[in-house]
Amino acid sequence: MYQFNYERPKTLADAEALLGKADDPKILAGGQTLIPTLKQRLAMPSDVIDIGGIKELDFIRAEGDAVMIGAATRHATVATSPDVRKHNPALADLAGWIGDPAVRHMGTLGGSIANNDPAADYPAACLGLDAKIHTTKRLIEADEFFTGMFETALQDGEIIKEVTFPHPEKAAYMKFRNPASRYAMVGVFVSKGPWGVRVAVTGAGQNGVFRVAEMEEALAKSWSPDAVANIKVPAKGINSDLHGSAEYRAHLVTVMAKRAVAAAS
Amino acid sequence: MSGAIAAEGIGQPVRRKEDFRFITGNGHYTDDIARARQTYAYFLRSPHAHARIKSIDTSAAEAAPGVVAVFTGKHVADDGLGGLICGWTVTSKDGTPMKAGAHPVLAFDTVRYVGDHVAMVVAETLADARAAAELIDVDYEALPAAVALSTCQDEKTAQVHTEAPRNTCFEWELGNKAETEAAFAKADRVVKLDLTNNRLIPNAMEPRAAIGEYDKGSGIYTLHTTSQNPHVARLVLSAFVGVAPEHKLRVVAPDVGGGFGSKIFIYAEETACVWAAAKVGRPIKWTGDRSEAFLSDAHGRDHLSHAELALDKDGKFLGLRVKTIANLGAYLSTFSASVPTYLYGTLLSGQYDFPAIYVEVDGVYTHTAPVDAYRGAGRPEATYLVERIVETAARETGIDPAELRRRNFVRTFPHQTPVIMNYDAGDYEASLDAALEAIDYKGFAARKSEAASRGKLRGIGFSSYIEACGLAPSAAVGSLGAGVGLWESAEVRVNPTGNIEVLTGSHSHGQGHETTFAQLVASRLGVPLDSVEIVHGDTDKVQFGMGTYGSRSGAVGMSAIVRALDKIETKAKKIAAHLMEAAVEDIVFENGTFTVQGTDKSLAWAELSLAAYTAHGFPSADIEPGLKEGAFYDPTNFTFPAGCHICEVEIDPDTGITRIVKFVAVDDFGTVINPMIVEGQVHGGIAQGIGQALLEHGVYDPDSGQLVTGSYMDYCMPRADDLPSFTLGFTKTVCPSNPLGMKGCGEAGAIASPPAIINAVTDALGIRDIEMPATPARVWEALQSAAPRAAAE
Repeated sequence: MYQFNYERPKTLADAEALLGKADDPKILAGGQTLIPTLKQRLAMPSDVIDIGGIKELDFIRAEGDAVMIGAATRHATVATSPDVRKHNPALADLAGWIGDPAVRHMGTLGGSIANNDPAADYPAACLGLDAKIHTTKRLIEADEFFTGMFETALQDGEIIKEVTFPHPEKAAYMKFRNPASRYAMVGVFVSKGPWGVRVAVTGAGQNGVFRVAEMEEALAKSWSPDAVANIKVPAKGINSDLHGSAEYRAHLVTVMAKRAVAAAS
Repeated sequence: MSGAIAAEGIGQPVRRKEDFRFITGNGHYTDDIARARQTYAYFLRSPHAHARIKSIDTSAAEAAPGVVAVFTGKHVADDGLGGLICGWTVTSKDGTPMKAGAHPVLAFDTVRYVGDHVAMVVAETLADARAAAELIDVDYEALPAAVALSTCQDEKTAQVHTEAPRNTCFEWELGNKAETEAAFAKADRVVKLDLTNNRLIPNAMEPRAAIGEYDKGSGIYTLHTTSQNPHVARLVLSAFVGVAPEHKLRVVAPDVGGGFGSKIFIYAEETACVWAAAKVGRPIKWTGDRSEAFLSDAHGRDHLSHAELALDKDGKFLGLRVKTIANLGAYLSTFSASVPTYLYGTLLSGQYDFPAIYVEVDGVYTHTAPVDAYRGAGRPEATYLVERIVETAARETGIDPAELRRRNFVRTFPHQTPVIMNYDAGDYEASLDAALEAIDYKGFAARKSEAASRGKLRGIGFSSYIEACGLAPSAAVGSLGAGVGLWESAEVRVNPTGNIEVLTGSHSHGQGHETTFAQLVASRLGVPLDSVEIVHGDTDKVQFGMGTYGSRSGAVGMSAIVRALDKIETKAKKIAAHLMEAAVEDIVFENGTFTVQGTDKSLAWAELSLAAYTAHGFPSADIEPGLKEGAFYDPTNFTFPAGCHICEVEIDPDTGITRIVKFVAVDDFGTVINPMIVEGQVHGGIAQGIGQALLEHGVYDPDSGQLVTGSYMDYCMPRADDLPSFTLGFTKTVCPSNPLGMKGCGEAGAIASPPAIINAVTDALGIRDIEMPATPARVWEALQSAAPRAAAE
């Protein structure tokens, strides 16, 4: 890796101050993407600000009809949290299915959604559960947060503090994993709750996570696998590479949606 | 024999002696070794598949912090260092020798694949070396590249080497063309099949590494490196590359973490480190990272073939005709010419009694990494072709695939095939029968319909394989173009206290020699396993040896130990006879004790060992002091492991995912020393075969020549959850060609399994062929194109 200044602030306020001062800073959360990128010399930040030591970002709290999860909470913590398991088992399952045990014990919720890898799992949960993303500056609706591949609504100097996941009535996540990387080639999160019905797809879209309106409408009328079985997603805008054509991935969206609804029934 | 010693003897599943040090982190791999004043090397590699180097400016790099020296192809050429060689010469059918393009250690004026070596930076730290490499200014003129195997021989395609027009290194043939044509002319049926054998990237757990050193006082160079055959490396580096005379070069291959063939070869990085050590006057260490391994380790397989099988009306095979294009990559690697020729064409007879075979192989250059031996080396390609076309013939003739094989098995031995090999022993029907029983072949139809009721497609596939290993009789390989003999050496040193050091020319990089070789010696001499130390991998300690590859360490390496032990026993009996004042003929050696037949006089092993070195009162004319003997063993034939693998798969038509639900492997390896280690070898081999059949694929972009699968993000290595629980079985015909009756087991799994899996997948899908790897996407696409056809039928 190239040389950079390393900082490990203890409070969010200190982190914000450091971000403000640096030329070209990068926030280090769990480091599951940033560290390999640095090691391969694909990034050359002036400062790496490690928010892993900020205790106020690491929590899980069930309050009212939602679970609040701090941005620096590890995937393994979410996967095994009794509160998440009780109120939102689909979210716990999704967290427990990210990467491998090493990744799950380092990677964080905030790091995942801030990076918005088009094959990451958490964006599907956020979009699929109508989550609210609280930052140091404002509250951002999940629908507004994910703006494109590796792109989010976050501004310079803005740090994610926590994500609020309202309890669903029914929800499930089904993932078809890339055989090599085990990232989501197609991951579909379906839910039913106060927000109505949501179907969020990760892994497949060229612009990252997206919702499938036609499936949502069909499921709103009839919550059953058959309701989505014949709804095809157009191949246009879907990724195509040596692991599968756009047509194949588009087909898998339907298959995974069907299976997710079956699992959530 | 005492119970404790018997429990460690031949045929016992003794736990591996070496594993404690490996699993507790106490191994000594090359990267674990640090030499005083060591520097670090980093290689600047070509970003282009094909480019002319117009100029290289290293001045900024030389001035960078910590940099000791920067070397380019010009330094290598100015120093008169030779290029890397191919140690096997193949002759084309027109009688001309293969067209070998120059293979410089560092590229001189042209780069020929992404990852080709352009410059070496030597610095105080790896970070310094790597940072400085970015300051090297190379002016490339990018050129069109020859990448796709199917078009590389076109007139218009870019040339890799001017010596080889149409990128064709050799056009080789084997077998009898006229007899084969005649067989096809009278055939009742001809089955045709086009096959691709996918490119694989080896991925040993330990990447390649090297430390080059030069001692100014003695003029001796030392190279610690990840080698499967350190003596061969020393020979090539001295006699051909010209780094140093053989007696002034020591090569040490310490603990090595897997090779699978990729560490047989003599590569640019290791060579440059030892050569440059004298220039900088300090040791130079290089440890490849995984990305470098993907780019620059020799890859495996990569064939395009057309095969035709002629049958009579009863399903008897009359002839086999094969045309193969084999990718050699950008340069000939150390043994690359032998792999798609003598290790491939000679195995095309399979387990079958073929009257005639004719095979043509074009070895071609492309702007991709060199391709050389990888677990099985040529034999997986041959087995894939034979077992795929035999299965296809069974489907087209409507003869049960087991029955079609039965009708054509070789049944009498020795058996001369039309393609050089002389099979010495085997019972192919025994392994087929055992495998059919183990998989419950009779119950398959019921399992298929049960799967169909769950919406799943179930298929079954066979592979009755044979391979040739125990490489190899020196005279045979010499007559076929090898630049080396393939015997093996051993020395047995008995110490005065009675424990034993065995110096072997074989090299263990995961095979467990420290255990199996010790089992042989301990049981023969009647001593505990812990009294035997196996020494290997250091040219300063061990006599010249040929190393480990081609499943040769048991059949050849252990046979050399047997010969040395024979001599030890002869000498020890002579000493015992002298000490006990008896005739040599009356000395009996059993369970570690020498007795005089018919008396109560005896000598324990330890007493005799000490006496051998005190030598008090030895008649000097008859008995020399000491107890140390060596042997060189040259096998009389290849060995022919064979068996039957049957695979059963279940495919989810919605996703295209193939799940292996049953896998049976019945193998005949002759005598087995340690069944636990043999089972481990079979498991590992099948895992790699499943990798080839369903998961792994080395892919270059056909236009740019960039390696698309340059990391685990895209190159799919098998993981535990991709694999079923294997059902193993063993049949046994003793190999008559070596004293222990061993055949070799290291490669069989990787050779046998891919056609069994693809035969099962194509059976499930009801299609003729699917390219390996049969990924979910490919399976799904095959179903989409098959579905309308099925509906129309």
